[in-house]
Amino acid sequence: MSMRSALIALALAMLAGSYAHVFAQDSPHLGKAISEADVAAWDISILPDGTGLPAGSGTPEQGSTVFAAKCAVCHGENGKGASAAALVGGQPLTSGIETAKTISNFWPYATTLFDFTRRAMPWPRPRSLTNDEVYALTAFILAQNKIIGAGDVMNAQTLPKVRMPNRDGFIPRFPERIP
Amino acid sequence: MSHQQPRPALDHLEITAGNGLLHRRAFLTSGATLAAAITGYTLSETAAAQQLTDAPWSTKAGIPIPEYATPSSFEKHVVRTLTNPKGEPRTQHARTPHHLLNGTFTPNGLHFVISHSGAPDIDPAQHRLVIHGLVKRPLEFTLDALGRYPMQSRMAFVECGGNSAPLFSNEPMKTGVQTLHGLVSCAEWTGVMLSTLLEEAGIDSRAKWLIAEGADSLALSRSVPLSKALDDAMIALYQNGERLMPGNGYPMRLLLPGWEGNMNVKWLRRIKLVDQPGMSYYEARTYAPILPNGKAYQFYFLQEVKSFITHPSPELKMSGAGFYEISGVAYSANGRIAKVMVTADGGKTWAEGALQDPVLPKAFTRFRLPWKWDGGPAVLQSRAWDEAGNVQPTRAEVIARRGQTKTPITNPAAFPSQHYNGPTSWAVSQSGEITHVYA
Repeated sequence: MSMRSALIALALAMLAGSYAHVFAQDSPHLGKAISEADVAAWDISILPDGTGLPAGSGTPEQGSTVFAAKCAVCHGENGKGASAAALVGGQPLTSGIETAKTISNFWPYATTLFDFTRRAMPWPRPRSLTNDEVYALTAFILAQNKIIGAGDVMNAQTLPKVRMPNRDGFIPRFPERIP
Repeated sequence: MSHQQPRPALDHLEITAGNGLLHRRAFLTSGATLAAAITGYTLSETAAAQQLTDAPWSTKAGIPIPEYATPSSFEKHVVRTLTNPKGEPRTQHARTPHHLLNGTFTPNGLHFVISHSGAPDIDPAQHRLVIHGLVKRPLEFTLDALGRYPMQSRMAFVECGGNSAPLFSNEPMKTGVQTLHGLVSCAEWTGVMLSTLLEEAGIDSRAKWLIAEGADSLALSRSVPLSKALDDAMIALYQNGERLMPGNGYPMRLLLPGWEGNMNVKWLRRIKLVDQPGMSYYEARTYAPILPNGKAYQFYFLQEVKSFITHPSPELKMSGAGFYEISGVAYSANGRIAKVMVTADGGKTWAEGALQDPVLPKAFTRFRLPWKWDGGPAVLQSRAWDEAGNVQPTRAEVIARRGQTKTPITNPAAFPSQHYNGPTSWAVSQSGEITHVYA
């Protein structure tokens, strides 16, 4: 960093107030510049407003086929549960603090379903599904839970608009720490 | 053995609280001769005194010294307990044996681990850390490059949000401190302050959170407020002086001192600055505890003030009436431990424990208190205060706010909820057996 940009940074830091101490530690600046294009293969972050959702789409019917081939071995037929958790149904959360958390009784955002399926599933071969397959599986599971209709198409536009049943079921534990 | 020997020097010691709790400085002020009279906790009966002779190991050269030492062959029982030793497709837990350790940091081989898909076997030469998103200059760092940055070392506990969760059971647990509290450990972490790297990348004014992601097969990700990242977050490269253990994030992890263990992302490979939290699986679902009214807490970042007694505790046995040291650990996400109170009569009377120096923020503090056990029934419990004025709640206070299970937990490795920071009570029977109770 040049002296001039260091001074500008310092001035900005003072304006930013609480971030001022960030600049106290000198950096040797050994990070190598990388373009967002070169990060793209790693950048699988999906935000609740749909930011980051890729192109592609899928229907519950398409998802049913993928599910039977790649998911049912652990999650059971149509997601009813087996060695891995059930993906359909769930008890009311007023049933007790130890109530099993499910997609239909707990998850606040449908984007989380896409995100976790794409990054972590299937357990033995994560990140092997195509984006169309992930959209289709997301559509299938949401439809099985009657959160979307059997004919609804999931894509980057429709998925963030899905309103999950427990969307308003949360209380920030430390609201003063939420940016 | 020693409790049967005459100990005239002990008799004048002042009892501070019921059931034989002594003043925390009793041993310090009564002279060194007392030290020999203190009996320890044993896993087996002590032998009777006899005439001393040379043991076999004293009459020949010992075993060769290895390149990397492991504990004595007599310490093979000092190990973590595993829930999924074969690595089947579900979470693995390795719990720290607090009842067999003393001091304030956890040896690396005994540091707790939770992994949802094992530990990736990362080649450090090929590992990369990327910082991108709402930054002015996306950057990539090698381990070699990070090794040239100014580093800091600090003690910090890391605690799973689900540690102590069996204590939400409506009935006491037939288990000990390793099962109940084995998902917290404390180490000295050395690395590069995250604020240094974020400054180098240049923070876009729209950034409010970061999403940290690991290089494990689940690409585990958590959202962290930028304010925490700029406060005391570290890219940790060393654990108790050596490189991180594979289960603890080798070759680098995010360290968020005092914050929920799962957020301290291991095998860290990517940090993306964003304007909203990602609502990842682990923050939107797993670590959001259900409340009695059917709502759920979200973003339970802090591991709040907690303490538990490690000595004595179940799986250890009292070796007869007489003097013992009660000790345990206390810690808080809100800074230093200010005070620990101990009871031996189930909460009727309390004595203040001595805090082992140095008392460091967001780290284990060992508390100690001499105890003259009269051989009768006793119920031990500790409660901690932190420097921010927070007090460890009673179990009744926790349950009133957070609820408890409707039926007893039979699987001690289960997680009926998260973030229990109430007290733990140990009942000592006349025969010296120690069990978990609610008091």
